[in-house]
Order: sequence, then structure tokens, then C-alpha cells
Amino acid sequence: MGKRLAGMFWALLFLAVPVLGVAVFAIAPSINVWLPKDVSEHGASIDSLFYFILALTGVVFIATEVLLFWFMWKYDAAKNTGPATYIHGSHTLEVVWTIIPAATLLFLAIYQMNAWADVKMRRPQMQPTVEVVARQFEWRLRYPGRDGMLGTPDDLHLVNDLHLPIDEDILVQLKSMDVLHSFFLPHVRIKQDAVPGMKIPVWFKATETGAFDIVCAELCGWGHYKMKGRVTFVTRPEFENWLERKYAEQEATQPSLDTVTVN
Amino acid sequence: MSTITTPTITAPAPLPTKKSRPVAEFLSTYVFSKDHKVIGLQFLFSTLLWFLIGGLLALAVRWQIAWPWSDVPVLGKLFAQQGGQMSPEFYTMLFTMHATVMIFLVIIPILAGAFGNFLIPLMIGADDMAFPTLNMLSYWFMWPAFIAFGASFFVEGGAASGGWTSYPPLSTNVASSPGSGWGQTLWLLGLTFVGVSSMLGSVNYMTTIILMRAPGMTMFRLPMTIWAMFITAVLQAFALPVLTAAGFMQLADRMFNTGFFSPEGLVVNNLSSGPGGGQPLLWQHLFWFYSHPAVYIMILPAMGMVSDILTTFARKPLFGYRPMVYSVAGIAGLGFIVWGHHMFMSGMNPALGITFMVSTMMIALPSAVKTFNWLGTVWGGKIQFTTSMLFALSFVSMFIIGGLSGIFMAATPVDIFIHDTYFIVAHFHYVLFAGTAMGVWSAIYYWFPKMFGRTMNEFWGKVHFFLTFIFLNGTFFTMHILGAVGFPRRLADAYHYETFRHLQPMNEFMTWCAIGMVATQVIFAANFIYSMFWGPVAGRNPWNANTLEWSAPSPPGHGNFDFQPVVHRGPYEYSVPGMAKDHLMQTDPPNAVAAAAAMAAH
Repeated sequence: MGKRLAGMFWALLFLAVPVLGVAVFAIAPSINVWLPKDVSEHGASIDSLFYFILALTGVVFIATEVLLFWFMWKYDAAKNTGPATYIHGSHTLEVVWTIIPAATLLFLAIYQMNAWADVKMRRPQMQPTVEVVARQFEWRLRYPGRDGMLGTPDDLHLVNDLHLPIDEDILVQLKSMDVLHSFFLPHVRIKQDAVPGMKIPVWFKATETGAFDIVCAELCGWGHYKMKGRVTFVTRPEFENWLERKYAEQEATQPSLDTVTVN
Repeated sequence: MSTITTPTITAPAPLPTKKSRPVAEFLSTYVFSKDHKVIGLQFLFSTLLWFLIGGLLALAVRWQIAWPWSDVPVLGKLFAQQGGQMSPEFYTMLFTMHATVMIFLVIIPILAGAFGNFLIPLMIGADDMAFPTLNMLSYWFMWPAFIAFGASFFVEGGAASGGWTSYPPLSTNVASSPGSGWGQTLWLLGLTFVGVSSMLGSVNYMTTIILMRAPGMTMFRLPMTIWAMFITAVLQAFALPVLTAAGFMQLADRMFNTGFFSPEGLVVNNLSSGPGGGQPLLWQHLFWFYSHPAVYIMILPAMGMVSDILTTFARKPLFGYRPMVYSVAGIAGLGFIVWGHHMFMSGMNPALGITFMVSTMMIALPSAVKTFNWLGTVWGGKIQFTTSMLFALSFVSMFIIGGLSGIFMAATPVDIFIHDTYFIVAHFHYVLFAGTAMGVWSAIYYWFPKMFGRTMNEFWGKVHFFLTFIFLNGTFFTMHILGAVGFPRRLADAYHYETFRHLQPMNEFMTWCAIGMVATQVIFAANFIYSMFWGPVAGRNPWNANTLEWSAPSPPGHGNFDFQPVVHRGPYEYSVPGMAKDHLMQTDPPNAVAAAAAMAAH
């Protein structure tokens, strides 16, 4: 009897894995420990893929964990008085549980490709909106000045305070001055490493106004944790006002434009 | 060894030899032993000690995440910082060295070094490894690594702090971080020695398994443990040279400014990285070309051992033996073409990301096949809930989580968001801690009687299992949803970000679980040490298992078997119908009833 109870106890402990596992994922969104609000155009496709994979793996997770529990419950030696089944396998089952997951996984891979291409491969044909240069431990920003061109003496230089207009394509030119960094905008579902020696284009379109975190997501040294920036999405007119204001501030503090290093 | 009954003709000479003989004998038996079992145990004890160190490093990491910048109790005294509060550079060193210790000084050597060494000759019916001296060296080459990694904590600037992946330029430019000085150099040296050790072991395992099997032990009568060890050895042999070469390139970059990994004109903190001409991404390709197969080096042997343990305690043949072997081989093969999935966000050509996504999705397939076959093995059995079996079952349960969470990262668009967040931390801890470490505990409880001739205490074993199981899920499962918020890894303090401010209480809960998990291991250590000397004496075959090692004495003497083992069947003939006993050992003589049953079952 004691042995039977022990077996039931262990089986139930394993049943707790899918039960509590699902519970954690069910409760998390309601206590706000979940995907941050998405303010980008492409973010919805990433989030829906996340939910799709979550549902798919969730079904497999529950099915396999419950089976494991059920086998532990039913085939406990203290309970199962008959002999153990003498079987070395099943060709049919092997074929079934090879082909079904293979097809599912292949489908999953192909299904992802379009969203990936949108974010990382189908670059809009335009001049960069802003250049972001990562360095230990800040984000240096450079907007094209009145000539609309980056790399000219009238560029606007700022640190950590990124402003961008909503509802239009943004092209960021991402560089690093020293070590690896990663330009992570959780609310825009964007992440891209900055690599010294490379100019990497990053593009997106914001759909909502507001201020959000810029996080460094690639270890860059002792101050990695504090390499924080802010991105503020505003409407086009507000953006232009802001740009104008910042430009005036720069000119006031920087009498000679020629001293600005062109990189 | 000659006895001391030499005639007393040469009077003065024997005195010094008599005196030094016990020392020499002790040294050759326990220290510089060429016996694979002693070497295996040397690996086991060394790696378990490092496991403790790695665990304490993890606790210090967890402390900072739960209560940033607060005084660290007990461990704080060791930091030699003012007031016991850790600095951010100390934090980066902690997680770097936690991963380094766990991967290179615990998981890889405990699987291949400890269990590979101890089990391979015993399970194939050989008297020792093919190259005993090489085998001894494979252990002793770990010591320069132990010393290099250990000493690096005490050099100026502290131990390596560029992450266990050591990405340049952070790791190559000495000025980029305090740990990028001597700490990083010692790290690279240590890594090289671990590589030499692994390579010596790998050559030995392959040769031994191919050439030294007992009569009748065909390749398809090998237990899964041996198959897994064999394929792991092949992986090591093919992947390791790349890491070794890359390590030397990084060393050269640091010492001679060769610039393999530095672009032109790179200056960090006013220190030039030399003329450049290199590419930081090259290191990532080379590193992951080794380190992705290494992920499988860190799980396949555990999979093999768990497969064998499940059959023993389910009293059933392994479900789908050949598919199991093929899937291990499939994982190993595909393992070489998926390294780019670590680099989806690295700036690598995004088109390449697509091909790596496809191969990565496909590598989930053999793992799925293995999981289904484990379930099939348990189905219809007569399960004995020993401690070893509970750990083996939990391996299956936890590996399901670790396997499935991998699919999220394999999907490149989803990876954009969860890359380098706690989602990946959850994923690899489910594979490596909840998977491999649980498998290792299962194997320790299972083979302990063969190692020491005594069994471990079952009651305390189960307490150890129960608490570890609860605490590990408390620690690691919650990391998935932290990852869903985008909580980044490797941040000394993330709470100044608006996005992550509210996650501190949750991290506090996880840290308490982690403390409980490490504390629980005291039970294991006590049980282990007590049972070594005072545990109940085990016979040759305490679990009524089938494989060859259980027909040898416990513990086996030098040369292993006191008879010539001859193998008559595969390793999984449990519960053969019509037989009086429910297991049929590989060495049991041919049996008409069993042969008929086997025919009928096919």
C-alpha cells in the first residue's frame, strides 16, 4: 500500500509540471509579465508567430507530459500486476512520429520566412533617417542636417535621446565605435547587433506615439547594464519641431560647424 | 608487483625501496593511475567540486539580480569589495565564469571524462581503454585548466568577463573591460587545455569502442550509453580543432595584434586594436562551429544513460533501439550545420539566417523521435520508482520543455524579440541543468554501486530528488515569462528600465528557489560521502540489469572482469515471456525460450 501511494505521489508530481506550466503562462499576461505593448507595424506578425508557436508547442507539451504522468500512474510496478509488455518498438509508430513532426517543423520554418524577410531583408529604398553609433556605454545619434544628407558638417549630434516620426518608414544606420552592442527596442520588436567595421541597416515603422526604452542586448563591458537610451515616437510636425529645436540648441553651443568630426 | 619475500643477500639496497614503495604504489594506484575506473572517479570528484563552485557563482549572480547593489551575505566577504557589495564588472565576471566552469569544467568532463571513462570498457566487456597512458593524461591535462581558470580570479582585473562566448573585440582589446587583461589570457589557456584533454579522451573512446568489444558484442548490441559516448567522441574529434585554432587566433590577436577579429582602425578606450583587417563575426562563426556541436556533447551522453536507466527500471526493452541510434547520429550530423542560429541578430547575412532556421527546425526532429521512444519505453512497463528512475523520468519531462522552448528561438522572426533575453537562459538551463544535470544524478545513483560496491541511501536520494525538482522549476520555469517581457540577460541591474521595473519581485522568488536548490545539494553530498563508506553493500547486480558491467564484481578490480564475457544478445531483454526471471543479461548463455520469444516479437 505504501509503495502504491508513493508511486501515485511521484506520478502526481510529474502531472504538476504541465498543470503549473500552463498556469504560469495563463496567469502571466494578467499580472503584466508578458510581451510589452507593440507599437510597430511589423510587430504584430512577430507576436502572432510567437502565439502560434506557443499554441503548437503547448499542445505537444501538454500531450507528452500528461502521457508521461499517465504511464507513471498506470504502470507503477506496485499497481501493474501483469508482466511488462515485451516489445522492441513499432515500425509504424516510428514512421508516424517521424513524419508528422518533420512536416510540422518544415512548415513552421517556411511559414516564418516572410516575416523575417520583412524585418531583415526587404530594406526600403531611402536615405537613412538617423545614424545610431553605439559605444561604451551610450547611443550616439546623428541626424542629417538641413541638406538631408548624413556625413556632412551640418549633421545634428545627440546622445541617447532618439526621436522618430510615426507612420512612416524609418531607416536606421547602425554602427559601433568599439565593441559589440545590440540595438534592442522591446516595444518595436527590433533587435540588431552593432558590429565595429559594419554599417547595418535597421528599418521599421512605428504606429503609436510615446517614449520607450532602448536597451543594449549584447554584452559590451562593465557598464553594459546602464547603456540605456530612449526612443520617442511623435507625429511628423512634432518631429520637425523637435529637430528644429535641437538643431538650434546645437548651433548655439557650437559656433563653428567645421570642428565637428566627420566619420 | 613483486612481494617482499626477496632473499636477504643484498642487505643495504632494499631499505629505500621498501620505504618508498607504498608511496609509489599509492601514486600509481590512486593518483597517476592508468585504470579507467580510477581515472573516471578522478574526473567525477574533480567535476563535482567544480559543480559546487559553479553553483556558488550562480548564487552570487542570482543575488545581484534579485537585490541589485545590496551587500552579498557570506560570499560578499570573498569579493574584497567595500562592504560586500558587488561592482558591475564583478557581476560580468561572475556570469562569465559561472558558464565557463559549468560547461568546460563540469558538464563536458563529467559526461565524457567521468562516465565515459568509467563505463565504456565495462559496458563493452573490455579490460581497460585502448590507450591507458593517454587516458591518464586526459585527466592530468585538466589540471593546467583548473589552475588557469582558478588562478584567473586572483589576477589583476579579475577573471574573464567577456561572457563564456568571449566575443571580440570585448575579449581581444585589453582596454575594453577589466577582465579582458590577464583573466582573458588565462581563460584562453584554460580552454586550450580542456580541449587537449577532451581530444585525448575522444581518440581513446573511439578506438576502444571500435576495437575492444567483447566477443559477440556487435555494434547493434551496444547499450545506448555507449552509442551516445561514441558519437560524442566523434563530435569532439571533428569540432574541437576549430575551437582550438580560433582560441589561438584570439590569443594572437591579444598578444601580437594580429587582428583576425578586429576591423581596421578600431580603438577601444584609447587603446588601438592594431592595424585590423579582420572581422568580429569570424570569431562567432568559428566559436559556434565548435560550441554548437558542443551543446550536443553536453546532452547526448546523458540521453544515452537515461535510455539505459529507463529500461532497467521499467523492466522493458528499449522502444525503438535502432531509431534511437539513428536519431543520435542524426543529431550529431545536423549539429554541424546549425551553428548560425546563435547569430541571427549578429549582422550575419539575413538570407543565411533562413537556411540556418531550416536546419535548426530539422534538428528538433531526432530529439522528438527520442522523446517519443522514451515514452514508448515507459509505456506498459513495471516501473520501479527508485531515485535513479525518478531522475531519469524527470530528464524526459524537463527535456520536453527545453526542446520545445528551442523552437521559439529557431524561428528567426520570434528570435528578434527573445534573442539574448531570459527566454534563452530558460531554454539552455532546461536542457543543461534540468536535462543533463538530472541525467547525471540519475547515473550517479544508478552506477554508484558499481563504483564503490555500496548503494546510496534511497530515502535521502528521494528527498534530494524532490527538492531539486521543485526548486529547479521554480528557478527556471519563470525565466520563460521574464523572456517574454524581453528581460535581457547579463545586465547587472535592469530595473532602471521602465520596461523591466516591475520584474524585481519575480526575480526575488527565483533567487530564493536557486538558494534552495543549491542548499539541497548538501543532502546529496552527505548521502554520497556516507554511502561510499557505510552504505549497504551491493552485489554485482543490485538493479537486476542486463548490461555487461553488472556481471563484473562491484567494484571491479584492475582488469574489470573475473571471466571472459561473451555477449549473446542485445542489452534490453527485460521481461522476456516464458522466463522465470524478468531480465536476461547480455552474458547469460543462449536460451531457447528467450530465442523463441524474440522471434515472436519481431
